[in-house]
Amino acid sequence: MSNQQRLTVVPARYPARTVGAIVALFILASVIDSVAFNPRWEWGVFAKWFFDPVILSGLGQTLLLTLFGTILSLIFGGLLALARLSSSWLLSTLAFGYIWLFRSLPLIVVLIILYNFSYLYDTLSLGIPFTALSWGHFQTINVLGQFPAAVIGLTLVQSAYSAEIIRGGFLGVDHGQFEAASALGLSSTRRTFRIILPQALRAIMPTTFNEIISLAKGTSMVYVLAMPELFYTIQMIYNRTQQVIPLLMVGAAWYLIITTVLSLLQHSVERWLARSVTREPQPSRWRQWRNRSAKPVTEELSHVRSH
Amino acid sequence: MSEAIDYRKNLHTAGAISITGVSKSFGKLKALDEVSLELEPGSVTVILGPSGSGKSTLLRTINHLERVDEGYIQIDGDYIGYQRRGDKLYELKEKAILRQRINVGYVFQNFNLFPHLTVLENLIEAPIAHRQLSRRAAIDRAGELLDVVGLRHKADAWPRHLSGGQQQRIAIARALMLNPRVMLFDEPTSALDPELVGEVLDVIKKLARSGTTLVIVTHEVGFAREVADNVVFMVDGRIVEQGSSTQVLNQPRHERTKRFLARVL
Repeated sequence: MSNQQRLTVVPARYPARTVGAIVALFILASVIDSVAFNPRWEWGVFAKWFFDPVILSGLGQTLLLTLFGTILSLIFGGLLALARLSSSWLLSTLAFGYIWLFRSLPLIVVLIILYNFSYLYDTLSLGIPFTALSWGHFQTINVLGQFPAAVIGLTLVQSAYSAEIIRGGFLGVDHGQFEAASALGLSSTRRTFRIILPQALRAIMPTTFNEIISLAKGTSMVYVLAMPELFYTIQMIYNRTQQVIPLLMVGAAWYLIITTVLSLLQHSVERWLARSVTREPQPSRWRQWRNRSAKPVTEELSHVRSH
Repeated sequence: MSEAIDYRKNLHTAGAISITGVSKSFGKLKALDEVSLELEPGSVTVILGPSGSGKSTLLRTINHLERVDEGYIQIDGDYIGYQRRGDKLYELKEKAILRQRINVGYVFQNFNLFPHLTVLENLIEAPIAHRQLSRRAAIDRAGELLDVVGLRHKADAWPRHLSGGQQQRIAIARALMLNPRVMLFDEPTSALDPELVGEVLDVIKKLARSGTTLVIVTHEVGFAREVADNVVFMVDGRIVEQGSSTQVLNQPRHERTKRFLARVL
C-alpha cells in the first residue's frame, strides 16, 4: 500500500501538438490580419451594403425559395420514396424513372425550360386529358412567373434527391420493426408514419440538412430567371459599382449566417430525436451557458413566487 | 395466484388452431413439408427441433407473417389469410389480414419493441390504433399488464434502457394488450443472457395457467417439461413426433428425437 502511495502519475506530453497549435494560431492570426487591415477588401463598402434594403429583399427571396423548396421537395420526395418502396411494380418503376430523370438533368436546364414554358405551351388547362372536360384555362405566361418557375424547378430537382435520402432512412430501420407493427395488426399508414418514419428520421436528418444548406446556396442558380434573389441582387449592384469583392463578401456573410442558423437547428433537432437513445441527456450548450451561475437566481425566483 | 385471472378479464375464448397440410418453400429449400397439427383451445404447445427445422417458419405462418404455398391454417374455423366461400379460398386484402392478427399475439426472439416510444406508449399503441380502447382505458389496462410482468415502475422508461429480460417481458405485455386468443412465442429466451431467462419463462408460465392457447418455439427442454401439454418435434420441415410432454420428452419413439434430447439435456 505505502509503496503504491509513493508512485506519482506523470501525464503524457505531446510537444508536437503544442508546436502544431502555435503554428496554426500564427497562420490564423496572419490571415485575420491581412483580411482586416488590407484596405482593398473595402470593409467600409461591405458595411454600407450589408443591411441595404435591396440586399435584404434579395435575402428575403432566397429564404422564401429555400423554405418553399425544402418543404415541397420533402413532401414530394417522401411520396416518391414510398412509391419507390411500394410493392406495386408500376409505382416503383415510375418513381425510379422520375428520380433517374431529375438527377440527370442539371437544375439550370430545368429552370430554363420552365421559364420558357410559355413558348412551348401557350396555355395551361386544368382538366382530364383526351376529353373535353376542363375546369379552366390559363395563359402560361401569367401562371409561371419567375417565382413559381423557380420554386417548381427547385422542387422538381430537389425532390429526386430527397426521395433517395428518405428511402435510405427507411431501409435503415430494422426489419423486425415492420414485423412487430404487422404482428400487432397496425395499418400500413400507421406503421409507416408512427413506427418506421420516426426511426428513419435519425438517419435522414443529417443528409437532409446537407441538402437544405446546398439548396439555400443553390437558389443562386435561379439568377438565370433574372430573379432578384440574394446572389443576383449582388451581381446587379457590383456590375454597376464595380466593387466586386466587398459585395461578394456581403453575400458570403449572409450565406454564412443562413448556414449557421440551419446548423444550430440541425443540432437541436438531432438532439431531440436522440432522446430515446441517450441515457442522461446533457442540457444543450446554450442552456449550460445560461445556467452557469443561475442556481441562486432560480432559488430566489421560486422563493418570490411562493409568496 | 390472483394475477392469473387479472389480465384475462374481457378475454374472449381461447382459440383452437388447426394446421392442415401446410407446405412452404424458400427457393429450393423446403422449409415446411405437409405439416398438419391440431391444437386445442387453452393448450400449451412447445415446438422443439434443431435449427433450420422449420419451427419458426411454422409459427410465422400461423400469424401470416409468412404465406403458405400449400395447405391452410385455421383459428377457430377462420382461415388465416383467406376467406372461404363454397369450395374456394379467396385471398384476403391487407386490411382484413391485419384484423385477423389482432387475435394472435406474437413475441419475437429480438423483442422488437419500438425504440422511439416509451414502454407505456409501446403498450397502448395497438389498442388505440384499432379503436379497441380509449386512451384512458388503454393506459389502465397497460398498468394491469405491467403489474403482471412486474414492471409497472418502468412505464415511462425507454426500451433501450431496459435489460433484455425486461424488454421481453414488456413485449409479452404488449402482445397481451389486444386480448389475443392465441399467443405465439418465437424463441423468446434465445437472445437473453442465461440469468435473465428465468424471469421471462416465469411470465410465460403465468400465462400458461391462464388458459390462453400458447405455442412456444424454444430450446428450453426443462421449461417444456414443466409447462407444455403437447410437445411437437420437427426435423427438416416435417413433424417427426408429437404427443404429451411426458411421452415425447421421457419416452421418445423416434430415433431423431432421442438423439436431439440427448444432446440438449
